[in-house]
Amino acid sequence: MSVGAPKLAVRVAEVVQVNALVKRFRFVRRDGGPLPVFSGGAHVVVEMDDQGTRRMNPYSLMSDPADTSGYEISVRRDDAGRGGSLYLHNHVAPGMEMVLSMPVNLFPVDARARKHLMIAGGIGITPFLSQIAALTRLRGRFELHYSARSRDLAAYADDLLARHGDAVRLYLDDQGQVIDLDALLRGQPLGTHLYVCGPKGMIAWVRGRAGALGWPAAAVHSEEFLSPPVGSPFQVRLAASGRTITVAPAQSLLEAIEAAGVAAPYLCRGGACGECETGVLGCDGTILHNDHWLTDDQKAANTRIMPCVSRFAGATLILDR
Amino acid sequence: MSLDFNDETFRGDFTFRNSARAIARFPFPFPEDGYMYSVNMEPHLPGKPGSVFEHMFDVDEHYVAEMRDRALVLAEDPLRCQSLPHMTLAGWDLLELIMDAKARDYPQWFSLTKEGNRWHWVNRPLQIEQSFTFLDDTTLPCGPMEYITRQTQGDFTLQDQRDDNLWIEAGMVTTQADWSLDFDIGMSFHEWHAPVPLAHEMRVFDRALKFLLNLQLGAPVRRFNWTMTVDPLLDTSPENYPRWGPTKTTMTPETIGHRQHLRVELQTLHRLPRSNAIVFPIRCYLIKFEELVTVPKWARRLHRVVRDIPDELATYKGFIRNKPLMLDYLSRYDDGLPTSPGIWPD
Amino acid sequence: MSAGFSRSIPSRPVYGVLEPRPGTAHLMVADGEGAAALTRMIAQAPDAAGMLSQSHILYLPGPNGTDLTADLRSLGAAQFHRSPSFAACLPRLQKVLADAHMGVQIYLAGSEGLIGQALREVMQAGLPWQAAQTEHRGSTVRRVQCVHCKGITEDVRTDPFVCSHCGLNLFVRDHYSRRIAAFQGVNIDAEDPGQVPPPVERFA
Repeated sequence: MSVGAPKLAVRVAEVVQVNALVKRFRFVRRDGGPLPVFSGGAHVVVEMDDQGTRRMNPYSLMSDPADTSGYEISVRRDDAGRGGSLYLHNHVAPGMEMVLSMPVNLFPVDARARKHLMIAGGIGITPFLSQIAALTRLRGRFELHYSARSRDLAAYADDLLARHGDAVRLYLDDQGQVIDLDALLRGQPLGTHLYVCGPKGMIAWVRGRAGALGWPAAAVHSEEFLSPPVGSPFQVRLAASGRTITVAPAQSLLEAIEAAGVAAPYLCRGGACGECETGVLGCDGTILHNDHWLTDDQKAANTRIMPCVSRFAGATLILDR
Repeated sequence: MSLDFNDETFRGDFTFRNSARAIARFPFPFPEDGYMYSVNMEPHLPGKPGSVFEHMFDVDEHYVAEMRDRALVLAEDPLRCQSLPHMTLAGWDLLELIMDAKARDYPQWFSLTKEGNRWHWVNRPLQIEQSFTFLDDTTLPCGPMEYITRQTQGDFTLQDQRDDNLWIEAGMVTTQADWSLDFDIGMSFHEWHAPVPLAHEMRVFDRALKFLLNLQLGAPVRRFNWTMTVDPLLDTSPENYPRWGPTKTTMTPETIGHRQHLRVELQTLHRLPRSNAIVFPIRCYLIKFEELVTVPKWARRLHRVVRDIPDELATYKGFIRNKPLMLDYLSRYDDGLPTSPGIWPD
Repeated sequence: MSAGFSRSIPSRPVYGVLEPRPGTAHLMVADGEGAAALTRMIAQAPDAAGMLSQSHILYLPGPNGTDLTADLRSLGAAQFHRSPSFAACLPRLQKVLADAHMGVQIYLAGSEGLIGQALREVMQAGLPWQAAQTEHRGSTVRRVQCVHCKGITEDVRTDPFVCSHCGLNLFVRDHYSRRIAAFQGVNIDAEDPGQVPPPVERFA
């Protein structure tokens, strides 16, 4: 169960093929009312019923937070993934009814910042779109550096460049254009905050250079939605409910617990917010921690697990659920 | 002054009193015959009709008089209302939350019409009419948080969420139980709560913070806090402590029924949409001992709570000095019979 | 060395031990015995000469008169300045922070008053306060704000003490505000006027 917030009953209003890999979906409320205003960088959890498999995946809201007539997300098709993006790309069409969580923000801008320096890679552009819309309305100062494989795959680049001109710079891999990160990081006035969203490697690179160049951790922000990885099936004993379940290869531990009808709290479903943290009562094997929440010590101790993204390999895993 | 609202004072001649209706709906905070700290949060869903839980922001017979007292406190000490510059957006979120709620729940007293960003607000009890542009603070006489909280009962703090923590960075604090907004503004969650004894050892604040960091839009929560106050004085601030501190020493067995008040804070917590901040309204309700004991269950229970409370807590809550006098008074109403669970009168 | 403040409430500041950190510039502010913390820290730097070539040191004598100017000046930092007081140093500190870029490392050492007031300027300039390193050395005298009149009494040595602005007798709490850079003082004899415990020398 989510922590008590109401859900949003929506209908798909529009599906747009943005480029070869990305589709944009627009949702409106089924009862025609306004959707809640949200803060730039927020995401919603989209519930999907993929032929019996219940998925709940987080996607950043890319639409203008002040536009309460609809929410928009952009989804990059991942052929090697668990199927959430494939389901959306192949099966979701205008008119379909779906359910969204209320917006949750794990990637807000820092309201005190004198300047917001944004670095986006690929589909990581999406949270910045809603942040830029909000900042523009408040006349906040921002600068976006957007890296993409090619002009065709640089979703929304045309619109960003047209609207924000000098505040946006585009770097295309197929033209050998690379962000001069060190130069960028050296020249920022005190009070700048740095935000990065994109592939794991890009985030690690930006964080690493920022640290080496003396940026304080409190001024560096990133968001990376961990998709629950695909893996080998494994069995789990749920001690509190007296059940034993099997987690399928393309099913997360959290999804398997839910499929068994056992209540488990969750929020972001992406390994970042801590809400689904579960006690491990017995572990004979290896917990594959894939989250950003537990500390290294906690991961080594194997007494806690984040079922939304983590898996297990071995003989026995007993959880306090 | 209409029939709906009392003409009363919270200073000087202290004419504050509760009607029979106000006594019956008083938010008695003790569900059992003892008290210890807990996180004790529950969803702030619409509750029992007629009770203080029915609406998101409760408006009662003390509304007009409380707002008048607030204005006096602010005239004397403007530092009771402060907003660090980056919290203005959160102030707008709060203004929207309160105006929408009051216009919906009390249409006889408040109305709000919107044409895009042009809003028109009417507050009949305070005789205020204001047209303004939402998000443009040049169109209001003062900042949005100050504007709306001058018209809403209770104290308010706005907390920015960042670095896995909450930071108290704006507030309207004129009815507080002895803490200074001016001193505390800018502090983190644990720092602001630092002076509370015992609770830190019990990790109450660790659990509360973890819960609040994941507080969602559309899912507010509520809890109670309580203390004791001599005379129906709303402004028991540290700033004015040299003025109200001495009144504790003037209590007698003859005056305690009239002058000793149970002070209950109904605290709610709401996630705000544009700023992602959390607003923490702290709504103060006062009841005299002589009013409270007209409800037999509450009389018995309050006696037992005061009798058994650890001295450290009674000291922190500021009533250790008068605890013996309180017990003398309350024990007369405690016949030792069992009390029913829960807060409502029998 | 540091007084090693005993465990107190969560709002009581906790100081660390300075260590050299990678950065594009190094700003150091110290008073009194804090000079020794700077010297020790620089000596540990993998490239002390390189670090000093990017360092700006601001130094004042401590509240108890300790003045280690000669030691610090001799380190050979790119910029070194001795001010007679924090108030005199303030315009310079504000200018240096206004011109600084992200990547500057901040090191504050010495009395709590110096650290707190310098940290406040760092925050005002837009850096998160966690970015600055702090190390306490020397005097433990406190800046205390009277919660009643809002006046700050400097170099408080006793508890209770008399507010230097309004004359109330105040006891010294460990509750501390980074924004005001002071501890909180509260009227001690409000409920029993005149009954003031004898002042105890708590801070030196």
